[in-house]
Amino acid sequence: MATERVLTRNVGRASARTVRGYRESGGYEALARALKMQPEEIVEEVKKSGLRGRGGAGFPCGAKWSFVPRGAGRPKYIVCNADESEPGTFKDRLLMEHDPHQLIEGCVIAGKAVEANTTYIYIRGEYTQATRVLEEAIRDAYDQGVLGSSVLGSGFRHDVYVHRGAGAYICGEETGLLESLEGRRGQPRVKPPFPAVVGAFGAPTVINNVETLCCVTHILQRGADWFRAIGTDERNTGPKLYAISGHVERPGTYEYPIGVPFQELLDGCGGMYKGRALKAFIPGGASAPMLTAAERGIRMDFDTLAKAGSMLGSAAVIVMDETTCVVRAALRLARFFAHESCGQCTPCREGTNWMRIVLERIECGAGSESDVDLLAHVVPNVGGISLCALGDAAQGPVRSLVQKFGDEIRDNLRNHRYPLPRVPFFDLGAAS
Amino acid sequence: MSGSPAGPSRLPAEVLAGIEALRPRYPTEEALLLPALHLAQAANGGWLSHEVIEAVATLLNLPASSVGGVVSFYDMFHEHPVGRHRVRLCTNLSCQLRGADQLAGLLERELGVGPDEVTPDGRCSWVEFECLGSCDTAPMAMVDDDYHENLTPDRLRQILKGLA
Repeated sequence: MATERVLTRNVGRASARTVRGYRESGGYEALARALKMQPEEIVEEVKKSGLRGRGGAGFPCGAKWSFVPRGAGRPKYIVCNADESEPGTFKDRLLMEHDPHQLIEGCVIAGKAVEANTTYIYIRGEYTQATRVLEEAIRDAYDQGVLGSSVLGSGFRHDVYVHRGAGAYICGEETGLLESLEGRRGQPRVKPPFPAVVGAFGAPTVINNVETLCCVTHILQRGADWFRAIGTDERNTGPKLYAISGHVERPGTYEYPIGVPFQELLDGCGGMYKGRALKAFIPGGASAPMLTAAERGIRMDFDTLAKAGSMLGSAAVIVMDETTCVVRAALRLARFFAHESCGQCTPCREGTNWMRIVLERIECGAGSESDVDLLAHVVPNVGGISLCALGDAAQGPVRSLVQKFGDEIRDNLRNHRYPLPRVPFFDLGAAS
Repeated sequence: MSGSPAGPSRLPAEVLAGIEALRPRYPTEEALLLPALHLAQAANGGWLSHEVIEAVATLLNLPASSVGGVVSFYDMFHEHPVGRHRVRLCTNLSCQLRGADQLAGLLERELGVGPDEVTPDGRCSWVEFECLGSCDTAPMAMVDDDYHENLTPDRLRQILKGLA
Protein backbone atom coordinates (compact mmCIF):
# COMPACT_ATOMS: atom_id res chain seq x y z
CA MET A 1 0.00 0.00 0.00
CA ALA A 2 1.40 3.39 -0.97
CA THR A 3 1.36 5.63 2.05
CA GLU A 4 1.18 9.38 2.00
CA ARG A 5 3.79 10.94 4.24
CA VAL A 6 1.93 13.22 6.61
CA LEU A 7 3.92 13.54 9.81
CA THR A 8 7.23 12.97 8.03
CA ARG A 9 6.53 15.07 4.92
CA ASN A 10 9.27 17.54 5.86
CA VAL A 11 11.87 15.00 6.93
CA GLY A 12 15.00 15.70 4.92
CA ARG A 13 13.75 19.12 3.77
CA ALA A 14 16.11 21.41 5.68
CA SER A 15 14.26 24.60 4.69
CA ALA A 16 11.23 23.44 6.71
CA ARG A 17 13.10 24.43 9.86
CA THR A 18 12.38 28.09 9.10
CA VAL A 19 8.93 29.65 9.28
CA ARG A 20 9.22 30.72 5.64
CA GLY A 21 10.21 27.24 4.43
CA TYR A 22 7.60 25.56 6.62
CA ARG A 23 4.89 27.78 5.11
CA GLU A 24 5.77 26.51 1.63
CA SER A 25 4.20 23.15 2.49
CA GLY A 26 1.07 24.67 4.01
CA GLY A 27 2.58 25.31 7.41
CA TYR A 28 0.70 27.52 9.90
CA GLU A 29 -2.51 27.36 7.83
CA ALA A 30 -3.98 25.05 10.47
CA LEU A 31 -3.11 27.54 13.19
CA ALA A 32 -4.69 30.39 11.23
CA ARG A 33 -7.86 28.31 10.96
CA ALA A 34 -7.80 27.41 14.68
CA LEU A 35 -7.41 31.04 15.69
CA LYS A 36 -10.75 31.82 14.02
CA MET A 37 -12.51 28.99 15.85
CA GLN A 38 -14.01 28.90 19.33
CA PRO A 39 -11.90 26.87 21.79
CA GLU A 40 -14.62 24.24 22.21
CA GLU A 41 -14.88 23.84 18.43
CA ILE A 42 -11.20 22.91 18.30
CA VAL A 43 -11.65 20.42 21.13
CA GLU A 44 -14.66 18.92 19.32
CA GLU A 45 -12.72 18.57 16.08
CA VAL A 46 -9.89 16.73 17.84
CA LYS A 47 -12.40 14.53 19.70
CA LYS A 48 -14.11 13.69 16.43
CA SER A 49 -10.79 12.71 14.83
CA GLY A 50 -10.39 9.84 17.29
CA LEU A 51 -6.78 10.88 17.95
CA ARG A 52 -5.28 8.85 20.80
CA GLY A 53 -2.06 9.81 22.56
CA ARG A 54 1.11 8.74 20.79
CA GLY A 55 3.32 8.73 23.88
CA GLY A 56 2.37 5.33 25.22
CA ALA A 57 -0.95 5.32 27.05
CA GLY A 58 -3.19 5.94 24.03
CA PHE A 59 -5.59 8.20 25.93
CA PRO A 60 -8.06 10.10 23.70
CA CYS A 61 -6.57 13.53 23.13
CA GLY A 62 -9.80 15.52 22.74
CA ALA A 63 -11.22 14.03 25.95
CA LYS A 64 -8.06 15.01 27.82
CA TRP A 65 -8.42 18.58 26.60
CA SER A 66 -12.09 18.69 27.57
CA PHE A 67 -11.20 18.04 31.24
CA VAL A 68 -9.47 21.42 31.48
CA PRO A 69 -11.70 24.03 33.12
CA ARG A 70 -12.99 26.54 30.58
CA GLY A 71 -12.31 30.24 30.52
CA ALA A 72 -9.39 32.58 29.98
CA GLY A 73 -7.79 34.87 32.51
CA ARG A 74 -6.14 32.31 34.77
CA PRO A 75 -2.85 30.48 34.29
CA LYS A 76 -3.08 27.25 32.31
CA TYR A 77 -0.33 25.39 30.58
CA ILE A 78 0.41 23.15 27.65
CA VAL A 79 3.27 20.80 28.38
CA CYS A 80 4.72 18.91 25.47
CA ASN A 81 6.21 15.65 26.64
CA ALA A 82 9.42 15.37 24.62
CA ASP A 83 11.17 13.25 27.24
CA GLU A 84 11.37 10.38 24.79
CA SER A 85 13.12 7.76 26.92
CA GLU A 86 11.26 4.51 26.33
CA PRO A 87 13.99 2.15 25.13
CA GLY A 88 13.64 1.60 21.40
CA THR A 89 11.88 4.92 20.76
CA PHE A 90 13.36 7.64 18.54
CA LYS A 91 10.44 8.95 16.49
CA ASP A 92 9.93 12.22 18.40
CA ARG A 93 13.60 13.09 17.97
CA LEU A 94 13.10 12.80 14.21
CA LEU A 95 10.02 15.06 14.31
CA MET A 96 11.79 17.71 16.38
CA GLU A 97 15.05 17.69 14.47
CA HIS A 98 13.47 17.80 11.03
CA ASP A 99 10.16 19.60 11.44
CA PRO A 100 10.15 21.76 14.58
CA HIS A 101 7.39 24.07 13.35
CA GLN A 102 4.95 21.19 12.92
CA LEU A 103 5.27 20.71 16.68
CA ILE A 104 5.21 24.41 17.56
CA GLU A 105 2.04 24.78 15.49
CA GLY A 106 0.40 21.90 17.38
CA CYS A 107 1.40 23.44 20.71
CA VAL A 108 -0.20 26.80 19.88
CA ILE A 109 -3.37 25.12 18.58
CA ALA A 110 -3.60 23.16 21.83
CA GLY A 111 -3.07 26.43 23.70
CA LYS A 112 -5.92 28.08 21.82
CA ALA A 113 -8.16 25.05 22.45
CA VAL A 114 -7.82 25.23 26.23
CA GLU A 115 -7.04 28.96 26.44
CA ALA A 116 -3.51 28.51 27.71
CA ASN A 117 -0.87 31.14 26.97
CA THR A 118 2.27 29.14 27.67
CA THR A 119 3.78 25.89 26.40
CA TYR A 120 6.74 24.17 27.99
CA ILE A 121 8.41 21.62 25.76
CA TYR A 122 10.03 19.28 28.28
CA ILE A 123 12.77 17.62 26.27
CA ARG A 124 15.15 14.97 27.55
CA GLY A 125 18.53 16.46 28.38
CA GLU A 126 20.42 14.15 26.05
CA TYR A 127 18.61 15.50 22.97
CA THR A 128 21.07 18.35 22.42
CA GLN A 129 20.59 18.54 18.65
CA ALA A 130 16.79 18.58 18.85
CA THR A 131 17.06 21.26 21.54
CA ARG A 132 19.22 23.44 19.29
CA VAL A 133 16.83 23.03 16.35
CA LEU A 134 13.77 23.81 18.46
CA GLU A 135 15.35 26.88 20.10
CA GLU A 136 16.26 28.23 16.69
CA ALA A 137 12.78 27.56 15.29
CA ILE A 138 11.14 29.20 18.30
CA ARG A 139 13.30 32.32 17.87
CA ASP A 140 12.25 32.46 14.23
CA ALA A 141 8.61 31.98 15.18
CA TYR A 142 8.79 34.98 17.53
CA ASP A 143 10.47 37.07 14.83
CA GLN A 144 7.75 36.15 12.34
CA GLY A 145 4.85 36.87 14.70
CA VAL A 146 3.85 33.22 15.03
CA LEU A 147 4.56 33.32 18.76
CA GLY A 148 4.32 36.12 21.28
CA SER A 149 1.75 38.70 22.32
CA SER A 150 -0.44 38.37 19.23
CA VAL A 151 -0.14 35.05 17.40
CA LEU A 152 -0.54 35.74 13.66
CA GLY A 153 -2.09 39.09 14.58
CA SER A 154 -5.06 37.44 16.30
CA GLY A 155 -4.60 39.03 19.71
CA PHE A 156 -4.11 35.58 21.26
CA ARG A 157 -0.87 35.43 23.24
CA HIS A 158 1.24 32.30 23.31
CA ASP A 159 4.79 31.68 24.47
CA VAL A 160 6.76 28.46 23.91
CA TYR A 161 9.76 27.54 26.05
CA VAL A 162 12.08 24.56 25.86
CA HIS A 163 12.89 23.00 29.22
CA ARG A 164 15.65 20.38 29.36
CA GLY A 165 15.43 17.30 31.53
CA ALA A 166 18.56 15.74 32.98
CA GLY A 167 18.40 12.00 32.41
CA ALA A 168 15.56 10.19 34.16
CA TYR A 169 13.09 7.87 32.44
CA ILE A 170 10.45 8.50 35.08
CA CYS A 171 10.15 12.12 33.91
CA GLY A 172 8.27 10.79 30.90
CA GLU A 173 5.47 9.92 33.34
CA GLU A 174 3.31 13.01 33.23
CA THR A 175 3.30 13.92 36.91
CA GLY A 176 6.97 12.97 37.31
CA LEU A 177 7.56 15.35 34.42
CA LEU A 178 5.67 18.13 36.20
CA GLU A 179 7.71 17.63 39.38
CA SER A 180 10.87 17.83 37.30
CA LEU A 181 9.66 20.93 35.45
CA GLU A 182 9.04 22.58 38.80
CA GLY A 183 12.63 21.90 39.85
CA ARG A 184 12.37 18.74 41.91
CA ARG A 185 13.18 15.04 41.75
CA GLY A 186 10.91 13.50 39.12
CA GLN A 187 8.78 11.44 41.46
CA PRO A 188 5.20 10.92 40.26
CA ARG A 189 2.33 12.53 42.16
CA VAL A 190 -0.74 10.97 43.69
CA LYS A 191 -3.68 11.13 41.27
CA PRO A 192 -6.29 12.54 41.47
CA PRO A 193 -6.13 15.44 41.10
CA PHE A 194 -5.20 14.95 37.46
CA PRO A 195 -3.00 17.48 35.64
CA ALA A 196 -5.97 18.81 33.64
CA VAL A 197 -7.18 20.32 36.91
CA VAL A 198 -4.02 20.67 39.02
CA GLY A 199 -0.93 20.39 36.86
CA ALA A 200 2.14 22.56 36.34
CA PHE A 201 2.57 25.14 39.10
CA GLY A 202 -0.85 24.18 40.49
CA ALA A 203 -2.63 25.27 37.30
CA PRO A 204 -4.73 23.27 34.81
CA THR A 205 -2.35 21.61 32.36
CA VAL A 206 -2.56 19.55 29.20
CA ILE A 207 0.34 17.15 28.71
CA ASN A 208 0.69 15.74 25.21
CA ASN A 209 3.39 13.78 23.43
CA VAL A 210 5.30 15.34 20.51
CA GLU A 211 3.72 13.14 17.85
CA THR A 212 0.25 13.72 19.30
CA LEU A 213 0.63 17.49 18.97
CA CYS A 214 1.99 17.07 15.44
CA CYS A 215 -1.17 15.07 14.58
CA VAL A 216 -3.27 17.94 15.94
CA THR A 217 -1.72 20.26 13.35
CA HIS A 218 -2.90 18.00 10.52
CA ILE A 219 -6.34 17.44 12.01
CA LEU A 220 -6.93 21.20 12.01
CA GLN A 221 -5.48 21.48 8.52
CA ARG A 222 -7.39 18.66 6.83
CA GLY A 223 -10.27 17.92 9.14
CA ALA A 224 -11.30 15.24 11.59
CA ASP A 225 -13.04 13.20 8.87
CA TRP A 226 -9.84 12.91 6.85
CA PHE A 227 -7.93 11.78 9.95
CA ARG A 228 -10.49 9.21 11.11
CA ALA A 229 -10.64 7.65 7.65
CA ILE A 230 -7.03 6.51 8.12
CA GLY A 231 -6.32 3.42 10.21
CA THR A 232 -7.96 0.23 11.40
CA ASP A 233 -11.28 1.42 12.77
CA GLU A 234 -12.89 4.33 14.63
CA ARG A 235 -10.85 3.60 17.80
CA ASN A 236 -7.52 3.40 15.99
CA THR A 237 -7.20 6.35 13.65
CA GLY A 238 -4.64 8.41 11.83
CA PRO A 239 -1.10 8.19 10.53
CA LYS A 240 1.45 6.66 12.89
CA LEU A 241 5.19 6.57 13.23
CA TYR A 242 6.84 3.22 13.91
CA ALA A 243 10.43 3.26 15.17
CA ILE A 244 12.05 -0.02 14.17
CA SER A 245 15.35 -1.22 15.58
CA GLY A 246 17.28 -4.38 16.36
CA HIS A 247 17.86 -7.21 13.93
CA VAL A 248 16.42 -5.72 10.74
CA GLU A 249 18.21 -4.67 7.59
CA ARG A 250 17.17 -0.99 7.64
CA PRO A 251 16.26 0.25 11.10
CA GLY A 252 14.49 3.60 11.07
CA THR A 253 11.30 5.59 11.58
CA TYR A 254 8.54 4.55 9.19
CA GLU A 255 5.16 6.17 8.70
CA TYR A 256 2.09 4.02 8.05
CA PRO A 257 -1.63 4.22 8.69
CA ILE A 258 -2.07 3.01 12.25
CA GLY A 259 -2.75 -0.72 12.32
CA VAL A 260 -0.23 -1.79 9.69
CA PRO A 261 0.54 -5.50 10.19
CA PHE A 262 3.93 -6.25 11.76
CA GLN A 263 4.96 -8.35 8.77
CA GLU A 264 4.41 -5.40 6.44
CA LEU A 265 6.55 -3.21 8.70
CA LEU A 266 9.27 -5.82 8.65
CA ASP A 267 9.16 -6.15 4.87
CA GLY A 268 9.21 -2.36 4.57
CA CYS A 269 12.51 -2.10 6.40
CA GLY A 270 14.25 -4.73 4.31
CA GLY A 271 13.36 -7.77 6.38
CA MET A 272 15.41 -9.59 8.97
CA TYR A 273 19.12 -8.81 9.44
CA LYS A 274 21.16 -11.08 7.16
CA GLY A 275 17.98 -13.00 6.35
CA ARG A 276 17.96 -14.72 9.73
CA ALA A 277 14.78 -16.07 11.28
CA LEU A 278 12.58 -13.96 13.55
CA LYS A 279 12.50 -15.10 17.16
CA ALA A 280 10.60 -12.37 19.01
CA PHE A 281 9.59 -8.73 18.74
CA ILE A 282 8.59 -5.98 21.10
CA PRO A 283 5.80 -3.95 19.49
CA GLY A 284 5.71 -0.83 21.63
CA GLY A 285 8.90 -0.04 23.50
CA ALA A 286 10.57 -1.75 26.43
CA SER A 287 7.35 -1.74 28.47
CA ALA A 288 5.40 -3.76 25.93
CA PRO A 289 5.29 -7.53 26.44
CA MET A 290 7.17 -9.48 23.78
CA LEU A 291 5.44 -11.30 20.94
CA THR A 292 6.73 -14.33 19.08
CA ALA A 293 7.38 -15.07 15.43
CA ALA A 294 4.01 -16.86 15.30
CA GLU A 295 2.31 -13.50 15.93
CA ARG A 296 4.00 -11.70 13.05
CA GLY A 297 0.74 -11.02 11.21
CA ILE A 298 -0.67 -8.87 14.01
CA ARG A 299 -2.07 -5.42 13.34
CA MET A 300 -0.02 -2.76 15.07
CA ASP A 301 -2.77 -0.69 16.67
CA PHE A 302 -3.88 0.05 20.23
CA ASP A 303 -6.72 -2.43 20.57
CA THR A 304 -5.36 -5.36 18.56
CA LEU A 305 -2.11 -5.36 20.54
CA ALA A 306 -3.94 -4.95 23.85
CA LYS A 307 -6.10 -7.96 23.00
CA ALA A 308 -2.93 -9.94 22.32
CA GLY A 309 -1.67 -9.11 25.83
CA SER A 310 0.83 -6.48 24.72
CA MET A 311 0.50 -2.83 23.76
CA LEU A 312 1.22 -0.29 21.05
CA GLY A 313 2.90 1.96 23.62
CA SER A 314 5.26 4.31 21.83
CA ALA A 315 5.23 2.08 18.71
CA ALA A 316 8.92 1.36 19.16
CA VAL A 317 9.42 -2.00 17.51
CA ILE A 318 12.47 -3.98 18.63
CA VAL A 319 13.13 -7.03 16.50
CA MET A 320 15.14 -10.02 17.72
CA ASP A 321 16.44 -12.81 15.53
CA GLU A 322 17.11 -16.48 16.19
CA THR A 323 20.56 -15.80 17.67
CA THR A 324 19.06 -13.77 20.53
CA CYS A 325 19.00 -15.09 24.08
CA VAL A 326 15.60 -13.87 25.21
CA VAL A 327 16.62 -14.12 28.87
CA ARG A 328 19.53 -11.80 28.22
CA ALA A 329 17.25 -9.40 26.34
CA ALA A 330 14.73 -9.38 29.20
CA LEU A 331 17.57 -8.98 31.70
CA ARG A 332 18.78 -5.83 29.94
CA LEU A 333 15.31 -4.36 30.20
CA ALA A 334 15.00 -5.48 33.83
CA ARG A 335 18.27 -3.67 34.63
CA PHE A 336 16.86 -0.59 32.97
CA PHE A 337 13.66 -0.60 35.00
CA ALA A 338 15.49 -1.32 38.26
CA HIS A 339 17.76 1.65 37.52
CA GLU A 340 14.88 3.94 36.57
CA SER A 341 12.40 3.12 39.33
CA CYS A 342 12.18 6.38 41.27
CA GLY A 343 12.14 4.47 44.55
CA GLN A 344 8.96 6.00 45.90
CA CYS A 345 6.72 2.90 45.97
CA THR A 346 7.94 -0.33 47.54
CA PRO A 347 6.45 -2.86 45.05
CA CYS A 348 8.19 -1.14 42.15
CA ARG A 349 11.46 -0.30 43.90
CA GLU A 350 11.89 -3.82 45.29
CA GLY A 351 10.12 -5.77 42.55
CA THR A 352 12.15 -4.35 39.69
CA ASN A 353 15.30 -5.27 41.54
CA TRP A 354 14.16 -8.83 42.32
CA MET A 355 13.25 -9.47 38.70
CA ARG A 356 16.73 -8.26 37.73
CA ILE A 357 18.42 -10.52 40.28
CA VAL A 358 16.52 -13.66 39.26
CA LEU A 359 17.11 -13.02 35.56
CA GLU A 360 20.81 -12.45 36.21
CA ARG A 361 20.94 -15.75 38.05
CA ILE A 362 19.35 -17.61 35.15
CA GLU A 363 21.41 -15.88 32.47
CA CYS A 364 24.77 -16.51 34.11
CA GLY A 365 24.02 -20.21 34.55
CA ALA A 366 23.34 -20.25 38.29
CA GLY A 367 19.57 -20.57 37.99
CA SER A 368 17.21 -23.47 38.44
CA GLU A 369 13.84 -24.36 36.93
CA SER A 370 12.06 -23.01 40.00
CA ASP A 371 13.36 -19.55 39.10
CA VAL A 372 10.90 -19.46 36.22
CA ASP A 373 8.08 -20.05 38.71
CA LEU A 374 9.59 -17.45 41.01
CA LEU A 375 9.46 -14.88 38.22
CA ALA A 376 5.86 -15.79 37.49
CA HIS A 377 5.13 -15.26 41.20
CA VAL A 378 6.90 -11.91 41.42
CA VAL A 379 5.33 -10.38 38.30
CA PRO A 380 1.77 -9.78 39.57
CA ASN A 381 3.20 -8.17 42.70
CA VAL A 382 5.05 -5.47 40.80
CA GLY A 383 2.40 -4.01 38.49
CA GLY A 384 -0.78 -2.12 39.25
CA ILE A 385 -0.06 -1.32 42.87
CA SER A 386 2.05 1.80 42.79
CA LEU A 387 1.51 5.48 42.06
CA CYS A 388 2.50 5.33 38.42
CA ALA A 389 2.79 2.81 35.62
CA LEU A 390 6.53 2.11 35.85
CA GLY A 391 5.92 -1.09 37.80
CA ASP A 392 3.43 -2.26 35.17
CA ALA A 393 5.92 -1.39 32.48
CA ALA A 394 8.69 -3.32 34.20
CA GLN A 395 6.71 -6.51 34.59
CA GLY A 396 5.50 -6.57 30.97
CA PRO A 397 8.66 -7.99 29.38
CA VAL A 398 9.16 -10.50 32.21
CA ARG A 399 5.56 -11.68 32.12
CA SER A 400 5.79 -12.30 28.40
CA LEU A 401 9.16 -14.01 28.81
CA VAL A 402 7.65 -16.55 31.21
CA GLN A 403 4.45 -16.97 29.20
CA LYS A 404 5.97 -17.31 25.77
CA PHE A 405 9.40 -18.73 26.41
CA GLY A 406 8.95 -20.48 29.77
CA ASP A 407 9.26 -23.98 28.34
CA GLU A 408 12.35 -23.07 26.35
CA ILE A 409 13.98 -21.52 29.41
CA ARG A 410 13.15 -24.54 31.59
CA ASP A 411 14.60 -26.83 28.96
CA ASN A 412 17.77 -24.76 28.78
CA LEU A 413 18.03 -24.74 32.56
CA ARG A 414 17.53 -28.52 32.78
CA ASN A 415 20.34 -28.99 30.32
CA HIS A 416 22.66 -26.38 31.88
CA ARG A 417 22.90 -24.37 28.67
CA TYR A 418 23.18 -20.90 30.27
CA PRO A 419 24.88 -18.65 29.50
CA LEU A 420 23.97 -19.32 25.88
CA PRO A 421 26.82 -18.82 23.41
CA ARG A 422 26.83 -15.26 22.09
CA VAL A 423 27.00 -14.55 18.41
CA PRO A 424 29.28 -11.49 18.19
CA PHE A 425 27.91 -8.64 16.10
CA PHE A 426 31.35 -7.43 15.03
CA ASP A 427 34.11 -9.64 13.79
CA LEU A 428 36.94 -8.31 15.91
CA GLY A 429 39.48 -10.77 14.56
CA ALA A 430 42.16 -12.54 16.52
CA ALA A 431 43.71 -9.31 17.82
CA SER A 432 40.81 -8.67 20.14
CA MET B 1 24.42 25.15 54.94
CA SER B 2 22.08 27.25 52.85
CA GLY B 3 20.59 30.62 53.45
CA SER B 4 23.94 32.31 53.92
CA PRO B 5 23.52 36.07 53.72
CA ALA B 6 23.42 37.44 50.23
CA GLY B 7 26.89 38.21 49.01
CA PRO B 8 28.65 37.85 45.72
CA SER B 9 27.76 34.44 44.33
CA ARG B 10 30.53 31.95 43.69
CA LEU B 11 28.94 31.12 40.36
CA PRO B 12 30.66 32.58 37.30
CA ALA B 13 29.10 35.74 35.89
CA GLU B 14 28.00 34.04 32.67
CA VAL B 15 26.16 31.36 34.63
CA LEU B 16 24.40 33.99 36.73
CA ALA B 17 23.47 35.91 33.58
CA GLY B 18 22.20 32.73 31.94
CA ILE B 19 19.99 31.93 34.92
CA GLU B 20 18.65 35.49 35.17
CA ALA B 21 17.73 35.44 31.48
CA LEU B 22 15.49 32.42 32.12
CA ARG B 23 13.70 33.89 35.12
CA PRO B 24 10.74 35.39 33.19
CA ARG B 25 9.86 31.95 31.81
CA TYR B 26 8.71 30.47 35.10
CA PRO B 27 6.22 31.47 37.77
CA THR B 28 8.43 30.03 40.53
CA GLU B 29 12.09 30.39 41.39
CA GLU B 30 12.44 26.66 42.06
CA ALA B 31 11.68 25.85 38.41
CA LEU B 32 14.99 27.47 37.53
CA LEU B 33 16.84 24.67 39.30
CA LEU B 34 17.38 22.21 36.44
CA PRO B 35 18.42 24.91 33.95
CA ALA B 36 20.69 26.43 36.62
CA LEU B 37 22.34 23.10 37.36
CA HIS B 38 22.94 22.47 33.64
CA LEU B 39 24.61 25.88 33.29
CA ALA B 40 26.62 25.55 36.49
CA GLN B 41 27.83 22.06 35.64
CA ALA B 42 28.93 23.08 32.13
CA ALA B 43 30.97 25.94 33.62
CA ASN B 44 32.53 23.69 36.26
CA GLY B 45 34.27 21.06 34.16
CA GLY B 46 31.21 18.83 33.80
CA TRP B 47 30.45 18.13 37.46
CA LEU B 48 28.78 19.72 40.47
CA SER B 49 30.98 20.11 43.52
CA HIS B 50 29.47 20.69 46.92
CA GLU B 51 30.48 24.35 46.66
CA VAL B 52 28.66 24.74 43.36
CA ILE B 53 25.56 22.99 44.71
CA GLU B 54 25.55 25.37 47.69
CA ALA B 55 25.97 28.39 45.45
CA VAL B 56 23.02 27.34 43.28
CA ALA B 57 20.94 26.66 46.39
CA THR B 58 21.74 30.08 47.83
CA LEU B 59 20.93 31.81 44.56
CA LEU B 60 17.52 30.14 44.27
CA ASN B 61 16.69 30.28 47.98
CA LEU B 62 16.51 26.51 48.28
CA PRO B 63 17.99 24.24 50.96
CA ALA B 64 21.32 22.81 49.76
CA SER B 65 20.10 19.37 50.86
CA SER B 66 17.16 19.42 48.46
CA VAL B 67 19.35 20.66 45.62
CA GLY B 68 21.72 17.77 46.42
CA GLY B 69 18.73 15.43 46.29
CA VAL B 70 17.83 16.71 42.84
CA VAL B 71 21.42 16.38 41.63
CA SER B 72 21.65 12.76 42.76
CA PHE B 73 18.33 11.89 41.09
CA TYR B 74 19.36 12.66 37.51
CA ASP B 75 21.88 10.68 35.46
CA MET B 76 23.20 13.76 33.66
CA PHE B 77 24.32 15.53 36.85
CA HIS B 78 27.63 14.40 38.29
CA GLU B 79 28.68 14.70 41.91
CA HIS B 80 32.25 13.64 41.22
CA PRO B 81 34.87 14.85 38.75
CA VAL B 82 34.53 13.50 35.24
CA GLY B 83 36.95 13.42 32.31
CA ARG B 84 37.39 16.42 30.04
CA HIS B 85 35.54 14.27 27.54
CA ARG B 86 32.66 12.07 28.52
CA VAL B 87 31.62 9.00 26.57
CA ARG B 88 28.13 7.67 27.20
CA LEU B 89 27.78 4.33 25.48
CA CYS B 90 24.21 3.17 25.04
CA THR B 91 23.94 -0.47 26.06
CA ASN B 92 20.17 -0.79 26.13
CA LEU B 93 18.44 -3.53 24.17
CA SER B 94 18.48 -2.13 20.63
CA CYS B 95 22.19 -1.35 20.92
CA GLN B 96 22.90 -4.62 22.75
CA LEU B 97 21.43 -6.49 19.80
CA ARG B 98 23.92 -4.72 17.53
CA GLY B 99 27.17 -5.20 19.41
CA ALA B 100 27.19 -2.57 22.20
CA ASP B 101 28.73 -5.00 24.70
CA GLN B 102 31.69 -5.55 22.40
CA LEU B 103 32.16 -1.78 22.29
CA ALA B 104 31.99 -1.55 26.08
CA GLY B 105 34.85 -4.03 26.28
CA LEU B 106 36.77 -1.99 23.72
CA LEU B 107 36.29 1.24 25.69
CA GLU B 108 37.59 -0.38 28.84
CA ARG B 109 40.65 -1.79 27.03
CA GLU B 110 41.47 1.37 25.08
CA LEU B 111 41.00 3.79 27.96
CA GLY B 112 42.38 1.49 30.63
CA VAL B 113 39.67 2.46 33.11
CA GLY B 114 36.32 1.03 34.07
CA PRO B 115 32.95 2.74 33.83
CA ASP B 116 32.65 5.92 35.94
CA GLU B 117 36.44 6.15 36.29
CA VAL B 118 38.58 8.92 34.83
CA THR B 119 41.78 8.26 32.88
CA PRO B 120 44.86 9.26 34.92
CA ASP B 121 45.52 12.21 32.60
CA GLY B 122 41.96 13.49 33.19
CA ARG B 123 41.22 13.27 29.50
CA CYS B 124 38.27 10.91 29.41
CA SER B 125 35.66 9.04 31.41
CA TRP B 126 33.01 6.67 30.15
CA VAL B 127 29.78 5.10 31.30
CA GLU B 128 27.25 2.61 30.05
CA PHE B 129 24.13 4.65 29.52
CA GLU B 130 20.44 3.95 29.10
CA CYS B 131 18.68 4.31 25.73
CA LEU B 132 19.65 7.58 24.04
CA GLY B 133 16.90 7.45 21.42
CA SER B 134 19.12 6.62 18.49
CA CYS B 135 18.25 2.95 18.11
CA ASP B 136 18.01 3.09 14.32
CA THR B 137 21.71 3.91 14.22
CA ALA B 138 22.77 1.37 16.85
CA PRO B 139 25.26 0.91 18.30
CA MET B 140 25.86 4.49 19.30
CA ALA B 141 27.50 6.67 21.90
CA MET B 142 27.14 10.24 23.02
CA VAL B 143 30.54 11.92 23.27
CA ASP B 144 30.24 15.21 25.18
CA ASP B 145 27.23 16.85 23.47
CA ASP B 146 27.28 14.93 20.20
CA TYR B 147 25.83 11.65 19.00
CA HIS B 148 28.12 9.22 17.17
CA GLU B 149 26.01 6.69 15.32
CA ASN B 150 26.43 3.39 13.48
CA LEU B 151 29.58 2.73 15.47
CA THR B 152 32.07 0.02 14.64
CA PRO B 153 35.09 -0.87 16.73
CA ASP B 154 37.32 1.02 14.29
CA ARG B 155 35.17 4.14 14.30
CA LEU B 156 35.06 4.16 18.08
CA ARG B 157 38.86 3.87 18.25
CA GLN B 158 39.17 6.83 15.86
CA ILE B 159 36.78 8.92 17.94
CA LEU B 160 38.79 8.18 21.08
CA LYS B 161 42.01 9.17 19.33
CA GLY B 162 40.46 12.49 18.34
CA LEU B 163 39.68 13.51 21.92
CA ALA B 164 42.29 15.98 23.11
